[in-house]
Amino acid sequence: MTTTAETRDADDVRRNLLEFLKQRAKAEVEPDFDLFAGGLVSSLFALELVVHLENAFGVTVGGEDLKIDNFRTVDAMTALVVRSGGARG
Amino acid sequence: MTNTDPVAVLGAGVMGTGIATLALGHGLPVVLVDVDDAVLERALAQVARQLKLGRLMGGLPRESADGRLITTTDLSAIVGARAVVESVTEKPGLKKEVLAAATAVIRPGTPVVTNTSAIPVDELAEAAARPDEFLGAHFMNPPYLIKTIEVVRGPRTSDVALAAVLELLGEVGQQPVVVGDGPGFVVNRILQRVINEAARIVQEGIATPEAVDALFTGCLGHRTGPLGTADLIGLDNVVDSLHVLLDRTGDEGYRPCDLLVTKVKAGEHGRKTGKGFYDHGGVL
Repeated sequence: MTTTAETRDADDVRRNLLEFLKQRAKAEVEPDFDLFAGGLVSSLFALELVVHLENAFGVTVGGEDLKIDNFRTVDAMTALVVRSGGARG
Repeated sequence: MTNTDPVAVLGAGVMGTGIATLALGHGLPVVLVDVDDAVLERALAQVARQLKLGRLMGGLPRESADGRLITTTDLSAIVGARAVVESVTEKPGLKKEVLAAATAVIRPGTPVVTNTSAIPVDELAEAAARPDEFLGAHFMNPPYLIKTIEVVRGPRTSDVALAAVLELLGEVGQQPVVVGDGPGFVVNRILQRVINEAARIVQEGIATPEAVDALFTGCLGHRTGPLGTADLIGLDNVVDSLHVLLDRTGDEGYRPCDLLVTKVKAGEHGRKTGKGFYDHGGVL
């Protein structure tokens, strides 16, 4: 499936991230589940999430956006991708 | 030397790369030296990822610009360094060789630290051109996330060298705990033995790695159990450190158990190879 920032919307991003978590963390979670507080993933996995976001949606995460709160939940990551121009809201 | 001169890091393995990230993330220039171009190539990519991870987790300041990184196989590139951090493989002979060569190149008055896990500082100081300018700085992995560092003062370490290193560590946000010299210092004299015993328990079928670590995290409040920690350190490094401790103490409790030795032989070195006591699902 090839999508671009123009054709992709927030739901596509959300679906992609839930699938990624299912594969990599072997867990099916709700979009508002706190991945780190829930102990589901280690802090090193946060970096994997950053890299995945950058590769899958063509965004660059840097500066002030590079904080754990932006990666706590699927919803937060989706909002970050939209905000960074990787998908329509 | 001035505070704008680069920090030289010798060895671009897991720790050398992490130490380079720590300095760069605080805006200090770094010269990273290794004998292997492929290792340096990999380190460049790692540093870029680690700078992100460090900022993400709040271990590195978000506001400061990255320092400039130079990677090279040419040891003479460290000539103008502000300080030298030796972080090559945990083999006494190799470390001495590198320290002798490095201290012949740098200006007198340049402090040199070893990131050895367990070799006594004074034993390595033999190889340094100026043993009084030499001490231990045992960074934890990953150094850009863990702020406490074990600083080891050898019997010949001067006040001046210690002060210069403490100042540099302060600039990169590290909180030093200064201790005396001896095999394994404090952390590894205790930790390596605990890891060895934990591995032996798994080997004897008394408990799984998960069970051992669950007891340490749940009952004792450790952040990770001994075997999760071992995977983070690297089982190859654990075995090397145990040999260093065994050779210097004669204490059989440090003899690496069969399970550790077998895993290292099978290339299961922990996180850095994707598998150790745990499956890390690929190399992070």
